[in-house]
Amino acid sequence: MRIAGLLLAIVLVLGPGSGSAQTVEVRGELGASLRAFPEEALFPGQTDARLSPSFVLTPEILVESEGGYWLLEGQGFARLDAHDGNRSHVDVREFGLTYLGDRFTGFVGFGQAFWGVTEVRHLVDIVNQVDGVEDLDGEDRLGQPMASLTLEGAWGAMDLYLLPYFRERTFPQADARLGGPLPMAESAIYTSGQGRWSPDIAGRFFKTVGSLDFGLSAFNGTSREPRLTPSVSVAGAPVLQAEYDVIDQVGLDAQWTGERTLLKLEVMTRGGHGERLYAVSGGIENTLYQVLGSDGDLGLLAEVMYDSRGSGAPATIFENDVFVGGRWALNDVSDTSVLGGPLIDLDTGEALILVEAERRVGSDWKLSFDARLFGNTDPESFIHTIRRDGFVSLSVSRFF
Amino acid sequence: MKTKSKTQRRMFGRVVVTALAIVGIAQAAPTGTAAQAPEERGLAVAQAADANDVGWGDNRSNMRMVLRNRAGQESTRALRRMALETHGDGLGDRSIIVFESPRDIEGTALLSHTRILDPDDQWLYLPALRRVKRISSGNKSGPFVGSEFAYEDLVSQEVEKYAYRWLRTEPCGDLECDVVERLPEYENSGYARQVVWWDTAEHRAQRVDFYDRKDVLLKTLTAHGFKVYGEGFWRPDRMVMENHQNGKTTELVFEGWEFGSGLAEDDFTPSRLRRAR
Repeated sequence: MRIAGLLLAIVLVLGPGSGSAQTVEVRGELGASLRAFPEEALFPGQTDARLSPSFVLTPEILVESEGGYWLLEGQGFARLDAHDGNRSHVDVREFGLTYLGDRFTGFVGFGQAFWGVTEVRHLVDIVNQVDGVEDLDGEDRLGQPMASLTLEGAWGAMDLYLLPYFRERTFPQADARLGGPLPMAESAIYTSGQGRWSPDIAGRFFKTVGSLDFGLSAFNGTSREPRLTPSVSVAGAPVLQAEYDVIDQVGLDAQWTGERTLLKLEVMTRGGHGERLYAVSGGIENTLYQVLGSDGDLGLLAEVMYDSRGSGAPATIFENDVFVGGRWALNDVSDTSVLGGPLIDLDTGEALILVEAERRVGSDWKLSFDARLFGNTDPESFIHTIRRDGFVSLSVSRFF
Repeated sequence: MKTKSKTQRRMFGRVVVTALAIVGIAQAAPTGTAAQAPEERGLAVAQAADANDVGWGDNRSNMRMVLRNRAGQESTRALRRMALETHGDGLGDRSIIVFESPRDIEGTALLSHTRILDPDDQWLYLPALRRVKRISSGNKSGPFVGSEFAYEDLVSQEVEKYAYRWLRTEPCGDLECDVVERLPEYENSGYARQVVWWDTAEHRAQRVDFYDRKDVLLKTLTAHGFKVYGEGFWRPDRMVMENHQNGKTTELVFEGWEFGSGLAEDDFTPSRLRRAR
């Protein structure tokens, strides 16, 4: 937050000082959300509320210098949750200065970077920490303090990142829904002696060759995924201890784009959690345009994922899984769309059903429906401990 | 959101008072040659219109899209667009469209590298996920963001995309128009044919009738308020697409045309899409 304040000060001083005209835009989204849990909580200490409301605010600011060379972009995030103290949280999703040069783009501040192509597992994506209290899909991410540089030419594009400060993954409160059996320990353990201040470095090369887009990425630093080990707190209570290892990771993400077919592949190898691990996530998306004579498009998705990791590495639910689903875009005035399907563990038969639907109402409102349901859970998986916390949620947002 | 589209660019020709263009038109000689076959004469009219819009380089504009249904209910989108003229083997122009409203899709940006007969290359930036996705471009005939414009109506109308047949010359408003039928040569078109009214004065497309795959009249596009920009490039203030089958209309209102705004190829890359200005 202190860095954010400093950046804001720089912009406010530099802007008027240089006498340049600027564009300033303030906007955002204010929303209310209701999660409904059809089943009773599993653990006696857990809240027994079946309905859990929350409110969310995401203000945004954009300041652009004359000529468009300098940009200040910011996005805050705040949620107030009725039952989960950890989910009631604030974050700086993005706040930083961008220089858009003719030869390069530079950025310093809290940033976001997304790598990858597959829908379900974001295998190679590593720059930002997951905001785990928000959802199970890993698509909500904490702002990452960084300095980055993008170079681009006919040879492709190269992103380089220096990540000086580590952010810990967030977890639901143990007595809230999705909290699991044990509370998290007060503080995390780091393999690196410098703890959170151990700088990470990352880079990604991206290129398009005809119908193929691919990225080659590398990361060296603190793992975004923690190992969770049962432990005992100072007070003698059982807790889950998060431990963050120092890792090196190399990844490839590639997509081949046809007229109605997308082929996607992500491959990753990582050292640092004991035995080196290998993982792959790949799939196909085939779209039927104007399906059944309507204006809508129906995309059929299938993705498979495999991960070699053993018990010494952070647990994953994507060990040997397949996702089969559909994406229906109605192409109507309200931009109505539905995405969903089951993720099935091929070894245990454990199933996770994911549904996301949304549509605009009027010009400033949006209605979303989400479902995260669990079935046939494997007693050895993490999902088993939250098996009764499957939920559906309805959200309404006002954009301003 | 899974929208994709291409900007309209050469749909409406411009007049170029240069020797090159005059020679081009003279060679094409669309007027008064009774001996010319209708196919040759139709092609010549299309080439004359195309020649009038060569050399625009790059431009920017703001676009308001007003969707109206049969009951008169309105819904509006605001978009910012940038385009770069590109020449090369089978290559069409490059463009970026950035949505400004509705607010829930604000910042969503679409990059198109078009091709004349082959499928275009397109990338979509989704701000909520901060993710650039390469998307399929095979959906030529689907509606663009719920409007009465299909993607194929909005891309650059290169001469080679169609086969032509001149039908007649007739008055169109205060002007005379060459009426030319054209048949799509590219794949996945939603149309059996189109009929275009190009005025004989400046070779601007004043009206287009679209016939669906069953050859039934589907839509009519009319252009209004042509003005000259830059070094003689004609652009309309307003275009109206009327769907005769569902009673809906979509109006495009253009503002702030700026030619020669200094855009270059490296402004039209996937990695720049996130910060397209």
